[in-house]
Amino acid sequence: MTDSVLYSVLLLVSLGVVAAVVLYIVSKKFYVYENPLIAEVDELLPGANCAGCGSPGCKSFAEKLVNTEDISSLFCPVGGNDVMKEVAAILGKEVVERDPTVAVLRCQGSCEVRPKTTEYQGPRTCAISAMVYSGETDCQYGCLGDGDCVKVCKFDAMYMDETTGLPLIITDNCTSCGACVEECPRDIIEMRPRNKRDLKVFVGCLNEDKGGIAKKSCSVACIGCSKCEDICPKDAVIMVNNLAYIDPVLCTLCRKCVDICPTHSIIETNFPPKKVKKVVEKKVVENVAVIKEEVIAESKNIKTDA
Amino acid sequence: MLKTFPKGGIHPPENKITAEKGIKRMAVPKVVNVPIAQHIGIPAEIVVDRKDKVVKGQIIAKSGGFVSSNIHSPVAGTVTKLDLIIDSSGYKKQCIVIRTDAKDPSNFEEVENPLKTDIELEPKEILQRITDCGIVGLGGATFPSQVKLNVREGTTLDYLIINGVECEPYLTADHRLMLEKAEEIVVGIKILMKALHLKKVVIGIENNKKDAISLFKKVIKKEDGIQVAALQVKYPQGGEKQLVRAILGREVPKNGLPLDVGVIVHNVGTIFAIYQAIQYDKPLIERVVTVTGKKLQNPSNFWVKIGTPIKDLIAEVGGLPEGTRKLVNGGPMMGKAIKNTDVPVTKGTSGILVIDEEEASRGEAKNCIRCGQCVFVCPMGLEPHLLMNLSEKGMYDKASAEDIMTCIECGSCSYVCPSHRPLLDYIRFGKNIVKKLETSKN
Repeated sequence: MTDSVLYSVLLLVSLGVVAAVVLYIVSKKFYVYENPLIAEVDELLPGANCAGCGSPGCKSFAEKLVNTEDISSLFCPVGGNDVMKEVAAILGKEVVERDPTVAVLRCQGSCEVRPKTTEYQGPRTCAISAMVYSGETDCQYGCLGDGDCVKVCKFDAMYMDETTGLPLIITDNCTSCGACVEECPRDIIEMRPRNKRDLKVFVGCLNEDKGGIAKKSCSVACIGCSKCEDICPKDAVIMVNNLAYIDPVLCTLCRKCVDICPTHSIIETNFPPKKVKKVVEKKVVENVAVIKEEVIAESKNIKTDA
Repeated sequence: MLKTFPKGGIHPPENKITAEKGIKRMAVPKVVNVPIAQHIGIPAEIVVDRKDKVVKGQIIAKSGGFVSSNIHSPVAGTVTKLDLIIDSSGYKKQCIVIRTDAKDPSNFEEVENPLKTDIELEPKEILQRITDCGIVGLGGATFPSQVKLNVREGTTLDYLIINGVECEPYLTADHRLMLEKAEEIVVGIKILMKALHLKKVVIGIENNKKDAISLFKKVIKKEDGIQVAALQVKYPQGGEKQLVRAILGREVPKNGLPLDVGVIVHNVGTIFAIYQAIQYDKPLIERVVTVTGKKLQNPSNFWVKIGTPIKDLIAEVGGLPEGTRKLVNGGPMMGKAIKNTDVPVTKGTSGILVIDEEEASRGEAKNCIRCGQCVFVCPMGLEPHLLMNLSEKGMYDKASAEDIMTCIECGSCSYVCPSHRPLLDYIRFGKNIVKKLETSKN
């Protein structure tokens, strides 16, 4: 009886010793040196693996940071300046401080202002419907409304607003990783600098058609009238292909362009409400409703798909 | 036993409503919108400007490269603008807008050219003329013909196959053309035989066009080397690879061309265009279009000028019927829905199909039940359900390894799927991405 216990204990111990020796030899023989800094940097990074930095994941970005001499061109948008500074301190390299950015949606073509003229029956993803045709509305630059950007967002910073049919960005959650910018087949989402109170002024339209055509397809489209360009005291508005673009660096957020825009295609965010402004907004909503009814009466109902 | 291809295929209801309707000539439209990208390859380069006067058949856009094609003015008139107009791709594309000159007699007198059988041009001149006249494949793919006919020396080429299959339901444009222009088509075939030094030609016609088969058999009686092959009615027999397999029993290698097995395939419409180009120096400015649909008052076949807005065609057949839900450019299987009726007819428009609610509905997509119908009908021997899943999940390298690029986009899989899964939508999407990845790699 004791013999059998003894034998089995001996057998297992000797097996363990042999395995330990083999493992020791193998680990010595095939040892791969990894810079211990990589693990340290990886610890500091947010670990979201969002690929916003251009590397496939945080670990490979850490490797890149450690192995590159000049890391001033590398940046982790999720961690921001704080993380990059800590990384730089560990590595003894220098980083350039960048302004924090946030994603904005450059389309206001909700169901109300941009009537549907066709019906799409294929799979509901922006990538496929963009491949098939210019979308259910007459605007071939605007949001397709199938929410590929929402699906790709890893930080719950976007959701589809069912009343407008457009994605909404929760700026507090947005880490500006850029996944949505990459995914959108229409390039509607833009990264714009974010200040403390998150005040922004930008053109909420990408329609390059001539004024009449643009207005017909969407009542809040930029018609390329150049009024904003003329009124801007800082020359921050650039007109290209019948479309205004506000340079965020030059813009001082004076909002003169917002007031003058005849189609209200320039968006201002988080500014304290003005009294006069409110009245104007009310009017707009009424106008929109009238236009919507007219257009719906005219539009033909033709289904479309691949 | 009639010939056909062995793998897959389906037989949807034929619905060839317009088979008995002769080809009528459409009135010349007041305005034509001629897109500059009507062919596969590089878009043509515009050589006219606003307010220029153009005569009928004048080059208005020059071939932009090797795989490209000239575009000619279909009417005599004035260029009013160079504008962006939605074409059959669903996007706004560069178009040349020409207002027809109501006084110019050349717009309204259509000379019916008599049959001319003597071929005067030399092989090299023939190929040059085809290039100059902007001939592209009229079967639907619009591949520039001169590129297809540009056979490198040392390549063995022994057969020319003429595609008169027209396997798409509803469409009858090729069928009517064969019945009305059989002798001209045979001359066209002889032109290509001369240009390519070919001895053997087979005209492939499906057995639902018995009149065309017997007519061609009569016409070619005295000709040497030309045969007619009656084929079993099966979709997609009009695909080059399927047709070569059906007629000659040769398997075109995957990612290869029929030329790899010594064959060139041309559509009957293209052959007729070549005939007109060679014998009468007439560029490709019009084509046969079938305007059809079950509810249409007067569906028919028309000779239509390139650039005619589709609304003119609809008006010609009695307007859009009540309850129309979809307009398709092409046949019901491979055609593409169009966005509005301003879309112009291009070189690739073989038909306009008007569909009502019942036919237009695609059904709700449900889960795959693993029935294997899509695999069974795939003429290329692929696994559509697998390719769809791989494209949907973004596994493009695996999709590429499963030969997604050999898919001919015939739509048989989507047609038979009992769960109404959007198989082809995803496969086409996957193909697009794989193609992009492959070009970025090179």
